[in-house]
Amino acid sequence: MAKKEQEAVFTPVGINTSNNSKVEKSVDLPEPTKKTHKQLGLSDDEVLEMFEQMYLQRRFEERAMQMYQKGKFGGFLHLYIGQEAVSTGTVFALNDDDDIITAYRDHGWGLVRGVTPKEGMAELFGKAAGCSKGKGGSMHFANVEQHFWGGYGIVGGHIPIGAGLAFANKYQDNGRISTCFFGDGAVDQGALHETLNMSQLWKLPCVFIVENNGYSMGTATRRHTVGEIHERAKGYGMKSAVFNGMDALTVYENMKNIAKEVREDKMPWFVEIRTYRYRGHSMSDPQKYRSKEELEEYQKTDPIERMKSYILDKKIAKKADIEEIENKVEDEVLEAVEFADETPFPEPEALYEDMFAGEPHFHDKK
Amino acid sequence: MAELQFREALLEAIDEEMGRDESVFIMGEEVAEYNGAYKVTEGLLDKYGFKRVIDTPISELGFAGIGVGAAMNGLRPIVEFMTFNFAVLAADQIINHASKVRYMLGGQASCPIVFRGPNASAGQLGATHSVAYDSMYAHFPGLSVIYPSEPDDAKGLLKSAIRNDDAVIFMESEQMYGLKGEVSEEDDYLIPIGKGKIKREGSDVTVVATGKMYHIVKQAAAEMAKDGVEMEIIDPRTIKPLDIDLIVESVKKTNRCVIVDEAHPFGGLASEVGFLIQREAFDYLDAPVRRVTLPDVNAPFSKPLFDLWLPDAKQVVEAVNAVTYRT
Repeated sequence: MAKKEQEAVFTPVGINTSNNSKVEKSVDLPEPTKKTHKQLGLSDDEVLEMFEQMYLQRRFEERAMQMYQKGKFGGFLHLYIGQEAVSTGTVFALNDDDDIITAYRDHGWGLVRGVTPKEGMAELFGKAAGCSKGKGGSMHFANVEQHFWGGYGIVGGHIPIGAGLAFANKYQDNGRISTCFFGDGAVDQGALHETLNMSQLWKLPCVFIVENNGYSMGTATRRHTVGEIHERAKGYGMKSAVFNGMDALTVYENMKNIAKEVREDKMPWFVEIRTYRYRGHSMSDPQKYRSKEELEEYQKTDPIERMKSYILDKKIAKKADIEEIENKVEDEVLEAVEFADETPFPEPEALYEDMFAGEPHFHDKK
Repeated sequence: MAELQFREALLEAIDEEMGRDESVFIMGEEVAEYNGAYKVTEGLLDKYGFKRVIDTPISELGFAGIGVGAAMNGLRPIVEFMTFNFAVLAADQIINHASKVRYMLGGQASCPIVFRGPNASAGQLGATHSVAYDSMYAHFPGLSVIYPSEPDDAKGLLKSAIRNDDAVIFMESEQMYGLKGEVSEEDDYLIPIGKGKIKREGSDVTVVATGKMYHIVKQAAAEMAKDGVEMEIIDPRTIKPLDIDLIVESVKKTNRCVIVDEAHPFGGLASEVGFLIQREAFDYLDAPVRRVTLPDVNAPFSKPLFDLWLPDAKQVVEAVNAVTYRT
C-alpha cells in the first residue's frame, strides 16, 4: 500500500493545537487610553453613571441566565457579558438622538438606551409588558423612541439597514448620525461588502462597528476571517480605527471623536472594537473551543472591575458608595425578575396585532 | 381616458407620488442618468434631481437593505429591481426584514417600501431570468403582492402601493412595458390594493389570470367566443391580499373554473385558488378545477422548447374545453 499522503486542510485548525501551553488569545487588546475622565470631559457623576450602567447590564444578564436555567423562558439567550464597556462608552459618547442598531446580542444596548430592566426582563419572559410586547424575545430588544432600532437575528442582515438609517438622516438633513454594531462573525457576510462600498460612495453618515469578541459562534477569529478586520476599510478608502473595548473610557474617547467627525463631514467609518465574550455564543454552547486559561486571562481585564478600580484610585467615590450603587442595581434587577414573572402573557388577540402599520390583511383568516 | 403605454402609466404614478410627498424617492440600477433600463423612470432625474432619483451599484442585497432602513427611518423608498430574478439576492432584506421588522419589534417600527420591477419570463432569457416570483412572496405574512395586467391597473395600484404604510411587492413584465391601454385621467387615481376586476363577463366558465397571463387568456376568450363559449375573465390584480370573494362569486355563476398562472405548479397562485374554490364553492362545481401553469422544469433557451414551456392560448382553450366537457 502506498504511503498515505497528508490530507488537505481547508479551515485553519483550532482544536487541540498545542501552543507550548501558552494562552492563545483570540483577540489582542490594544492599549487603553491614558487620559483621565476629566481630560475626556466627563464629570465624576458621569463616571459613576457609566459604572452603574455597566453593572446593570452585567447583573441583568446574570439573573436572566439563572431564570433561563430555571426554565422561566425558552428560545435563544445570547449574553453580552464582558462587552459592557462597548455599549456604555458608545452611548455616553453619542447624542441621544443618534441612531443605534445591533445584532442579536442586544440586551446591553437596550438597557443603555432606555429599555427599563422590567421591560427587558418581561421581553425575555415573553410577556405583553416587554419592550417588544413579547413578540421579539431576547434577540429583538428595541426602543425606537430613543433611537435604538433593535437587535436583529440574521448575521449581517441589519448592516445595510444601519446604512439605510444613515441614508434617511442625510436625506432629511437632521444632523443625526447612525451607528451599526455587529460581531466579528458578520464581517464574513457579503452584505458588509455591499454596504461599505455604497456608504463610502454615497457619503453616508454612518459608523460601522465590529465588536470583535474573538469568536464567530464557536469559531475563533483567526479561523473564520483573513487579515486584520479593521484593515478592510482600506479597500473602500474608508476611515477606520481599532481600539480597546474592555475600557469604557477608551470607547468613550474614540467614539466621541469619530461621532464628531462623522457629524461634520458626513463620511462613514469602519471601526473594530476589540472585546471579549465571557459566556458561550448562546446558552447551548459548551465552549469546548477555548481554554479556561484564555477566559481567565481576559477576565483580568474585566471592564466593570476596571472601572471600579478607577473610581477608587481617582477618589471619585468611596467603596461604600460603590456598594450602594451595586445594591441599588441588584434590587432593581430582582424587582424586574419578579415583575417579569408576574406580569401577564399577551392575550390571544395579540397574535394578529402589530403586523401592519396600515390596513391589516391576513390570508384565509377565519 | 388617455392612451398610455404600461411604462408611461407607471411613470405617471411615480411622478405624481414624488410630486405630492417629499419622502418618496426611487433607487435602483440605471434609474437616474440612464433614465431607466426600461425607461420607466425617464425624466425623473431632470425633474427631481440626484437626491431623489438614485443610481445604485449592482448590489441588490445592499440597496434593498438601505431602502428598508430608510423606510424605517421616515422615508418612502421605491426600490427598482431590473428584474425580480435579481431580487433573489435581496431576499434576506425583503423576507427577513421588510416583512417582519414591525412585528418582531412589537409595532415600534414600520416599513413603507415598494419593491418593483419585471417578473417572470420575457422570451428566451434562459433559466435564471425567467421565473415568476409572485406566489413566493405572497407566501410571507406582511407583504402585499401586486401583478397588474393593464396600464390602468398599473397606475392606480402603483400609486396605492407607494402610499401603503407597509411593504409592497409590485411586479411588471418586460414584455408589457410597451403595451398600450386606456388609463383613467381622474385626478389622483387610486385603485385599492386587494380588489380584483372582472375583465370580461361570461357565463360558461371562470378563468382567473393576472399579469402577462391575462393577455393569453384574452386571446383564448376571443377564440372560444367564436364557438359560443363565453369565458368570464377575472384578474385578481393583487396576489395578496387575494380577492377570493370575487372569484368564488363568479364560479357560483359559471360552475367551472380554470386558473392560468405563469409559475411552476407546486404551491402557486393556481393551487391556492383551486383549494379555496373547492372549499367555498364545492357544491357549485360541475367539473374539477383545472389549471394551466409552467411545467416543473426550468426555462429553456431554445425557441421551440421555450414555446413548449410557456403557457399559451392553446393550453387555455384545452383546459376550458376540459371543464366544459367539450372534448
